[in-house]
Amino acid sequence: MTEPEKTDKKEKKERIPRQPMPEQDPRLRVTNFDEVPTGYSPETAVLEAKRCIQCKKPGCVSGCPVDIDIPGFVRLVADGDFLGAARKIKETNCLPAVCGRVCPQEDQCEKLCILGKKWDPVAIGRLERFVADYERNAGTIEIPALPASTDRRIAVVGAGPAGLTIAGDLVKMGHDVTIFEALHKSGGVLIYGIPEFRLPKGIVDAEVEYLRKIGVKIVTDAAIGRLKTIDDLFAEGFHAVFLGVGAGAPVFMNIPGENFSGIYSANEYLTRSNLMKAYRFPEYDTPIAKGKNVAVIGGGNVAMDSVRTALRLGAENATIIYRRTKNEMPARAEEVHHAEQEGVQFKFLTNPIEYIGDEKGWVRQMICQRMELGEPDESGRRRPVVIKGSEYAVDVDTVVVSVGTMANPVIPMTTPGLDTNRWGYIVTKDETGETTRKGVWAGGDIVTGSATVILAMGAGRKAARAIHDYVMSL
Amino acid sequence: MHRITEKIVLSENIVKTVFEAPEIAKKRKAGQFVILMIDDKGERIPLTIVDSDPVKGTLTIIYQVVGKTTDQLAQLEPGDVIQHVLGPLGHPTEIDGFKTAVCVGGGVGIGVLYPIAKALKEKGTRVISIIGARTKKMLILEDETRGASDELHVTTDDGSYGFHGFVSDVLRDLIAAGTKIDRVFAIGPVPMMRVVANVTRPHHIKTLVSLNPIMVDGTGMCGACRVTVGGKTKFTCVDGPEFDGHEVDFGLLMSRLRMYVDQEQEAKERCRCGKND
Ligand SMILES: Cc1cc2nc3c(=O)[nH]c(=O)nc-3n(C[C@H](O)[C@H](O)[C@H](O)COP(=O)(O)OP(=O)(O)OC[C@H]3O[C@@H](n4cnc5c(N)ncnc54)[C@H](O)[C@@H]3O)c2cc1C
Ligand SMILES: Cc1cc2nc3c(=O)[nH]c(=O)nc-3n(C[C@H](O)[C@H](O)[C@H](O)COP(=O)(O)OP(=O)(O)OC[C@H]3O[C@@H](n4cnc5c(N)ncnc54)[C@H](O)[C@@H]3O)c2cc1C
Ligand code: SF4
Ligand code: FES
Repeated sequence: MTEPEKTDKKEKKERIPRQPMPEQDPRLRVTNFDEVPTGYSPETAVLEAKRCIQCKKPGCVSGCPVDIDIPGFVRLVADGDFLGAARKIKETNCLPAVCGRVCPQEDQCEKLCILGKKWDPVAIGRLERFVADYERNAGTIEIPALPASTDRRIAVVGAGPAGLTIAGDLVKMGHDVTIFEALHKSGGVLIYGIPEFRLPKGIVDAEVEYLRKIGVKIVTDAAIGRLKTIDDLFAEGFHAVFLGVGAGAPVFMNIPGENFSGIYSANEYLTRSNLMKAYRFPEYDTPIAKGKNVAVIGGGNVAMDSVRTALRLGAENATIIYRRTKNEMPARAEEVHHAEQEGVQFKFLTNPIEYIGDEKGWVRQMICQRMELGEPDESGRRRPVVIKGSEYAVDVDTVVVSVGTMANPVIPMTTPGLDTNRWGYIVTKDETGETTRKGVWAGGDIVTGSATVILAMGAGRKAARAIHDYVMSL
Repeated sequence: MHRITEKIVLSENIVKTVFEAPEIAKKRKAGQFVILMIDDKGERIPLTIVDSDPVKGTLTIIYQVVGKTTDQLAQLEPGDVIQHVLGPLGHPTEIDGFKTAVCVGGGVGIGVLYPIAKALKEKGTRVISIIGARTKKMLILEDETRGASDELHVTTDDGSYGFHGFVSDVLRDLIAAGTKIDRVFAIGPVPMMRVVANVTRPHHIKTLVSLNPIMVDGTGMCGACRVTVGGKTKFTCVDGPEFDGHEVDFGLLMSRLRMYVDQEQEAKERCRCGKND
């Protein structure tokens, strides 16, 4: 490949438009759980990569929570060295196939890409996904040479993105690492929450398998706090513990009728469908309500995942009920766009206040209130205010409550010396995630509250270095 | 993987299975339960730990065959395996500080009740047990419960054995006779627990019931197991499984238990069909 002349470099690049992502047709995809975007071809990837102008001070990198050498890997893609590009990303991000799919790039790297000022930003996320898939499909994922054993044992509690990341990092430093996971499968939200059509479970399984191959021990069906406490882990000879237990407890609205049959937390609805594969009932044993009129309460990514799951389970009307407007919705633009394409309906400025059930205790109606936007609140978004006397009834047979999650209290309750804040999240002393309990670190959603995959991974990575220093000093 | 070491059919449709789970066997206390999943396509179902042997590293469960999963479980023989077992879950039963406790068990609930009676007895409590079944053939753990009790009453709905009537009738008589009771534990079908709670309510005898809602994870993550107690929503897997019977909304519990009847029927029929192939 010949380098273009310096002078017209910029002009040449901008002539290539941002390459669209091929996708399953919306009418077809609501009938299946297969992934919606089908991925770049090698040709498209090279073309897209060539749009990058290789900035000397790349804005994109400063937008990346784990500082991926973005121009570096994009350059390798442009050169057709896809495996080299994968290795480059993996220097700082061990789950690129996941991040390429679920990171909010529009708020991170792509937001700060210089091309975005005048044209469209480089499709960094799609390229990341492409190279990770290429490497996985090529079957060339390398097992790195591991350093000599340090004889230090580290327990990681929770196999979500934070726990998986730190386990990989620590094992590569020569430590003996065991992950304890409460569920029967590893992956955390990646496996139980995010649906197959956004993140195929085979990808998560492959990442977990890789960790096993490099020597991470994984014990599933192990609820720490119940089976063993943190004290027990130290007594068993672990030198340090990392808590990556997520913020997995569902929040309900505490309105009348909320416990009627047919009303789910988003966690339950998604867990049944994703983890337990209820969408393949009766091949799999776990059932799920296949409602005709499904209302999903909330406006975040979790709500979008739930409502799109409802459509795929056969809902005739799948509706988002959100108390503010489209502009305030926290969900990613891409998810909202996909949901709209698929026929999801949106009722903005609407809030449920009560559910009405039938004689069998099954939800039949939802009483809603209309809202209007008032003054901005602490989050800077305009606060929804009730319009008096605006109540009306909507027919529903399934409701998914997706108004947030909070910390699960089991670990703090059973771990003396571990401080939490008033919302139940674990208090850390510094950015490495060291807690108030000696030898115990924490990171991911259990520290920050619900955040993102990449931030959880970043937390795992920072804690890995600190734990390494700590156990080597013992 | 958990290897089954023993299986005994206790009555027409009640089965006892013993399997290896050494770590849980060491930790478990009376009143706690496990969630098990037979294989990777299976459902996660909660079952009470009826007994444990920390030396052999085994747990005992006793269950009624009511649907696909319990049916499949009942067909596993010694040497077969259960893929996943999570536990011990739930709060252990509070057993300290009672002079006299009455343990009321119905049907398969006697299996859940027995370890509690045993634990109470070990604490020096005077234990009066009242156990009942629809008919003699369906009565389980009579000898075991007798061994854990100072006084045992047996009832059958059809009068085929013991007292002809309901467990709640015996309890009512005990109270009427002036028996001083510090605590009642009632475990069995939801209607039975509701009646027992109604019997003790006017006498202000605190009555704990063990609830059996549908569960998924068993760790407080999903809310499938939510019940209304004293007007508040509780998660049975982390806040329970025992609650104050005078505060529980039994009607809601019953309707939530019927949430998947159609699909359960379908799954069960399919499972039957498979057997005949
Ligand atoms: C439906 C949904 C969609 C999302 N979509 C996106 C997205 O598109 N992009 C994005 O960046 N983020 C998304 N998020 C957020 C993201 O998934 C989380 O921020 C991230 O998974 C947090 O990682 P974690 O490792 O802290 O915890 P988790 O992923 O929650 O994992 C915690 C793990 O710990 C286990 N555990 C808990 N308690 C115990 C215990 N006592 N003993 C043993 N194990 C325990 C849990 O079972 C779980 O497996 C989404 C979240 C949800 C729910
Ligand atoms: C804490 C707890 C302890 C229990 N202990 C015992 C016990 O010791 N012995 C015993 O026989 N039973 C016990 N149960 C009930 C037992 O879990 C159910 O009978 C079993 O799940 C039925 O599964 P199935 O597939 O065979 O039947 P299905 O056909 O699936 O269901 C039959 C009925 O069982 C209930 N049920 C279904 N799925 C679940 C589920 N995932 N969780 C809970 N209930 C469900 C429903 O009411 C349903 O209508 C307990 C339940 C709880 C919550
Ligand atoms: S900011 Fe955009 S153009 Fe510049 S290096 Fe990063 S991806 Fe390439
Ligand atoms: S079973 Fe999921 S929260 Fe209790």
